[in-house]
Order: sequence, then C-alpha cells, then structure tokens
Amino acid sequence: MWALRHYLGLHRANFIGALGRLGSQPFATALTVLVIGIALALPAGLRVLVNNAGAVSDAWQSAADFTVYLKLTVTAEAAARLARSIEARDDVASVELIDRDEALAEFRADSGFGEALEALDGNPLPHALVVRPASGIAGDVEAVAAAIDALPETDLVQLDTAWVTRLRAMLALAARIVDLATLLLGLAVAIVVGNTIRLEINNRSVEIEVTKLVGGTDGFIRRPFLYLGVCYGLMGSLLAALLVGLALLLLGPPVRALATLYGSGFALEGLSLGENAALLLGGSVLGWAGAGLATARHLRAIEPK
Amino acid sequence: MIRFENVHKRYPGGREALSGVSFSLERGEFAFLTGPSGAGKSTLLRLIALIERPTRGTVLVNDQNTARISRRRIPAFRQRLGIVFQDHKLLYDRSVFDNVALPLVIAGASRREIERRVRAALDQVGLLGRESHAPITLSTGEQQRVGIARAVAPRPDVLIADEPTGNLDPELSLEIMELFTRFNEVGVTLLIATHDLELIERMSHRRLRLVAGQLTGDSGPEEQ
Repeated sequence: MWALRHYLGLHRANFIGALGRLGSQPFATALTVLVIGIALALPAGLRVLVNNAGAVSDAWQSAADFTVYLKLTVTAEAAARLARSIEARDDVASVELIDRDEALAEFRADSGFGEALEALDGNPLPHALVVRPASGIAGDVEAVAAAIDALPETDLVQLDTAWVTRLRAMLALAARIVDLATLLLGLAVAIVVGNTIRLEINNRSVEIEVTKLVGGTDGFIRRPFLYLGVCYGLMGSLLAALLVGLALLLLGPPVRALATLYGSGFALEGLSLGENAALLLGGSVLGWAGAGLATARHLRAIEPK
Repeated sequence: MIRFENVHKRYPGGREALSGVSFSLERGEFAFLTGPSGAGKSTLLRLIALIERPTRGTVLVNDQNTARISRRRIPAFRQRLGIVFQDHKLLYDRSVFDNVALPLVIAGASRREIERRVRAALDQVGLLGRESHAPITLSTGEQQRVGIARAVAPRPDVLIADEPTGNLDPELSLEIMELFTRFNEVGVTLLIATHDLELIERMSHRRLRLVAGQLTGDSGPEEQ
C-alpha cells in the first residue's frame, strides 16, 4: 500500500518538478508552447471548419425537391390527376402543380424575354410538378425520381441532388486532407518536444551522471523528462483549444449575418467537450511520445566517467 | 567482500591501467589503496563500481561476479555500494538535504525514513542543521562531508572513496579519515584510494600499493 503511495508521490513530485522547471525559464517555455499550440490549432481548426460545412450540406440535402416536366400532350386535368396520384405515394411528402399557362405568364413577367415569347406560336412550356420526397437521403430521393421518370406522362425529371452529392464527396476529401494534416502536424509536435527534451537532457547531464552513480534506474532518470514532455504537450493543446475558441468567437458574428441573408439560422459549432478532451489527451500523448523518443535516444549516452 | 582475480584493464589505445591485480578484502575490513598518480587507483575503484568492466580477470563484489551483472542490473548493484568522489559530485541546484536524500529517494524509502536517515547521516558528518543550505555556500571540506553523508545514508555494506581528502588541508583530512574509521567500527567495509602517505602513516590499516598498474605491496595491519 505504501509502495503505491510512494510511487504516486514520486509521480506528483515529478509533475510539480516539471512545472517548476518550465516556470524557471518562462521565455523558452512560452516559445515552445506557442509552436506546439499553433501546430495543434491548425488541424483542430480545420476539423471545425469541415464539421460545420458538413452540417450545412446536411441541411441542404433534406430539402431535396425535384421538378418533373410532363409531356406537352398532357392536359391540365390529366396533370392534376397525376399530381394527386403521386402525392398519394408513401415516399412522397407533397406535390405542387405548376400550370403551363401560369408558368408562361410568370416567365413573361420576370424574365424580360416577353417580346421574344410573343414571337412564338402557342405556349412552349409543359405542365410541371415540384415533388418533395418524404426522405431526404440521396438514395431514397433517386428511387422516387426513377419511379416517376418511368411514368408515361413524364418527359423529364430534373434532380438537383447531384451537386449536393458532389459537395459531400468534396467534404469527404477535405476531411481526409485534415486527417493527413493532423498526422503530419502531430508528428511535428512530437519532434519539437523531443528536440526540446534533448536540449534539457544535455543541460542536465551532470545530474543524470550523478543519479546513475548512486544507483538511479533508467526509469527513475527518464521519468522527470517524460513529465516535462507531457507538460509541454498539455500546455500546447490548451493553447490550441484557446486559439480555436478565439477564432470561432471572431468568425461567429459574420457567419451568422451571412446565414441570415440566406434565411438560415445556421451558427458555427465549436469543438465539443469530447473533442476538446481528445485534443488535450492527444497533445499530452504526443508530448510524452516525443520525450520518450528523446530519452530512449540520449539518456543511454550519458554514462559516469 | 571484494575480490580481484588476475584483473587486467586495457584502455583503447593500448595503455594497460591494471595488469594482473589480485587481492581480497574481507567483510568489515578497512584498506587504503596507495600509489603515485596514474598507478591505476581510480581504474580499480571504477571496476568495483561497474563504471568500467575489466578486460580480463574476475571482480567479485558482495560475493557477486560483476561480469554477470547486466546493464539493467547495475542500478540495483550500485544502490548497495557507497561511493565518495574527489570532486564530491554534488548537485548544486539542490539543497544539502536533497543531495543526501537522492539515493534514498531512488531506493524508494518513505518520506519519514528519508528524513530520519538524512538527519542521521548529516549528524555523523557534523553537518546537522545545514539541511536547507545550498552546497555552494559550504566550504570544500563541508561539501566533501555532504558527499560522504550521501554515500553512507543508505547504509551500504561497502564504501569506496577516490582521493576523498585530495583537496583538503591535513587537519580536515584527518577528520574525514576519523569519520571513515567510525563507519568501519559499525561494520562497513572500506577501500580508500589516496596518495596522502603522511595521513596513512598515522592510521594502522591495511595498505594495497599500486605502481604502474601492478600490485606491489599488500601490508596487513598486523605487520605494522
């Protein structure tokens, strides 16, 4: 029991010792922490961006209305009948009929091609149906569209989900790029910590030598350096979380203003509690790993002479 | 306790620091290791502390063949050995207390045990009350005594010292030697390298004399 308490006591002493050591050289510590913080803030910030873009595209996808243009031979009554029968389907939420005459009138009024239309004999526009599927998922929408496309009265189904699908593919690519950036910048953090710890080992070579002479095990000698690495990682990731939070605070108002212009209540979503915890944990683990590499490589070289 | 069997130590470059050294030190013995500078005294002590390994021959310490002690086991081996250095090898960014406590912390002693033993060790070397001082504020003799307190605090069976009085005036040197004698009286085995012949003459202990890497004299206390 006391062995465990002693062990924990050693760890606490190491942790406090590491903090004290960092505090004793504030400028060098601040520089290292800043580098780590920025290196971690980049992937964290990019991830926030991709997450938010994903949320926006989800919102668009659920409004996956499509337009069905009927053949010119279909009469107004037949079109209304067809609209009612399509609306009766389980996988369709609603159908809006756009009468060809109304459409022409609207087009003439809004498009500015009024005089050009006068030159045509008759109405070139067909009756059209705007169909809102019950489900917004891409596959379901396409199934409904295909079923309606197969009807004899249908001339053309114009599905507007293609660009949403492309956007999603682009977001998936962006997410993968963020993954790669995370990997590389994580590696950079481990290297920065490792190099800092290497310098620290050189500075403390006398202490390491004396400790070895009085029977200090490798683990005993390594531990303070590992704690130093963890402290660097932890402080760097704390700074990264702050930087991301600050960036969102600055971007929030203009994004909200832009969303309002599009009639959306969209607001930027920051890192969740879990993601923040993952950031802190990841930073600490990277610091620990970097210190581990440095100690494995350099502690052995310092032997009593 | 300490046994050398035909030990050779050759350094890269061909210089032979020890050649064919054999001797045996029994439990509780007190011996001086003498000889001119460069005779191999430090090398011999370094072989005992496993700072170096012999080129040939066998070194036994605490009935353990040191050749069989792997790198990983060296810390545990050194924890049972007290070593005193000519240059003290203190850590100057720590207090006297922390310096003496270091081997006890390594060995995993409880905080109460550490405080008790550090005070006892400092009391033995006459530095009780200086726990919170920085080593740099102490005189050379006092720093050496801190080094000795650190070596004896974990109560080692064997204490080796390399020129412990090398930088001290005769009076302080004698004090240190009397200190060593007191440790010997409670059963510690001591091997002390020194070229301070005058000092050795005043004490009746066994003498091992090294010249150019060879043991040329081994005079037991009974012969004096």
